Amino acid sequence: MADENILLDIRGLTKCYKGDAKALDDVSLNVRRGEFVTIIGASGAGKSTLLRCINRLIEPTSGSVVFDGREMTQLGKRDLRLARQRISMIFQHYNLVYRMTAIENVLHGRLGYKSTLAGALGLYSEDEKALAFKVLDQVGLADFAYKRTDQLSGGQKQRVGIARALVQEPLLMLCDEPIASLDPKSSRTVMERLRWVADELGIACLVNLHQVDFALEFSDRIVGLAKGRKVFEGTPDEVNEEVIHTVYGDVDIEGLPGDRMVPTIVQADVAGGAAGTSSTGVA
Amino acid sequence: MRARKLAVEGPASAKASTRLTGTNASLAATNAFFRKKTLVLLALVIGFFVINGVSGAFVDFDFVSAVVDIPAGIAWMAAEFMPTVDSLSKLESILPALGSTILASVASSCIAAVFAFVLAVLGSRTTGIGGPTSIIVRAIASIFRNIPVVAWALVLLFSFKQSEFTGFLALFLTSFGYLTRCFLETIDEMSTGPIEALRAAGATYFQIVVQCVMPMCVTSIISWVLYMIETNIRDATLVGILTGTGIGFVFDVYYKSFRYDVAGLTLVTIVLVVIACETLSNYIRRRIM
Ligand SMILES: Nc1ncnc2c1ncn2[C@@H]1O[C@H](COP(=O)(O)OP(=O)(O)O)[C@@H](O)[C@H]1O
Ligand SMILES: [Mg+2]
Repeated sequence: MADENILLDIRGLTKCYKGDAKALDDVSLNVRRGEFVTIIGASGAGKSTLLRCINRLIEPTSGSVVFDGREMTQLGKRDLRLARQRISMIFQHYNLVYRMTAIENVLHGRLGYKSTLAGALGLYSEDEKALAFKVLDQVGLADFAYKRTDQLSGGQKQRVGIARALVQEPLLMLCDEPIASLDPKSSRTVMERLRWVADELGIACLVNLHQVDFALEFSDRIVGLAKGRKVFEGTPDEVNEEVIHTVYGDVDIEGLPGDRMVPTIVQADVAGGAAGTSSTGVA
Repeated sequence: MRARKLAVEGPASAKASTRLTGTNASLAATNAFFRKKTLVLLALVIGFFVINGVSGAFVDFDFVSAVVDIPAGIAWMAAEFMPTVDSLSKLESILPALGSTILASVASSCIAAVFAFVLAVLGSRTTGIGGPTSIIVRAIASIFRNIPVVAWALVLLFSFKQSEFTGFLALFLTSFGYLTRCFLETIDEMSTGPIEALRAAGATYFQIVVQCVMPMCVTSIISWVLYMIETNIRDATLVGILTGTGIGFVFDVYYKSFRYDVAGLTLVTIVLVVIACETLSNYIRRRIM
């Protein structure tokens, strides 16, 4: 039963960039369907590398990544493209084509499903267009469909990014520091949308985060990376100062001053409890 | 002017920094630093005048006689090449040639842009197909760009004789090299984020080029092509003299038959067209940016 529920199973994933030390060192991790897992870690810990090894934007050096029953690392070009249909990704810098409108950017999420020519010429079907408008509405941007994306605010851009991810009808959403460039208010909106994606649409989210307080509040499970190794895995209420210390080391990290630790943890207890129920709900 | 200002500034700021640090050692170091700067500047200025003197002597450029002779030369030229009412009657032979020159310039720029874009995409660091392609593309661009258009025209005359096509081809080849280089830089500087996003969504290479790379660099592409058209209209005149076509040929004919007034009128029309083209492309650039 547990097996069936596991959407993503990473075993012994290792990545060495040419001539450098290991950016990822024997990382194992799994994500259940509809689960919200956060990866925390200092800058350079290997969080982005981990996400990109899953959809093979970066080729892992060794290890296995099984997504929805398929071994990703063995796939040829054509099969990899098929597998990527169901794994979507959102980015810190949104990575939108700014000269194009919101709806055009959202429809880019469908390119993986289309023939090369139809996709290149932007010949989307009526169903695809309807779906694109639906997801734009879901992220609260129905009125901005025909607006050029360079005219949107940061939070709105990221929500276009989420819409582009949703239009893929994914099973898994990889989010690489989705709120690192946003103000606190937009950050909250975006995180709430992602949590909603996991809860209501049953799409698993694997999220890299810098902000521990957001991780504690929104996750079902938290994974700590340090220097390419997994040093922690547990529910938000298992995160204490010692864990933070193992993950981030001795250095004082930005956004986590000592005096804010206590209220954050207290807040986390509440969120952890709620998250606990939702994860049992899924299982 | 600027040199003297810097030299004066040197000791002054040295003094200021002494007040801050107050130690003799650092005073000596600062003084030595600024003295060295002043000496380098002085050496550059002297070097500049020496080079000027030597090369001026070599080409017989004498400042005094230049000041005396050049205005006289200009006055003579203006008198000879000044179009008269009579030369206006030749407009009907000038204008069609001008038209064909403009067309050749536009066509060569636009067709070169298509080829240059394909090559630039394949050879760019961000979208390239890897392997030695990048180096090969850069080498091709460099060769075509660095052979002057006149040299191309002379070489091509052997194979294609004096014809419209020879001129077009010469313009095309230099434009192609130049635009490839410009597009390469445009694409290299483009942010790679959106490409990564589309790749993650399963888009194919061709889809990424059309849906992402093209929209992202279309404005600078248009801008470069407009610039290329301007340049080509100017160059086409010279090429036309060699290939016996277009406005260059018309100018050549009138010039050699001592109709300097009509040749002057031809020049005026070229200048007007180039200015019009510049104005138009500035306008378009402002609109699309
Ligand atoms: N393309 C690359 N080439 C070489 N080293 C890289 C590359 N990308 C990342 N690294 C290195 O791998 C390590 C992990 O980087 P990254 O995954 O970006 O960390 P994070 O996202 O946690 O900040 C860092 O030490 C970084 O310098
Ligand atoms: Mg990162």
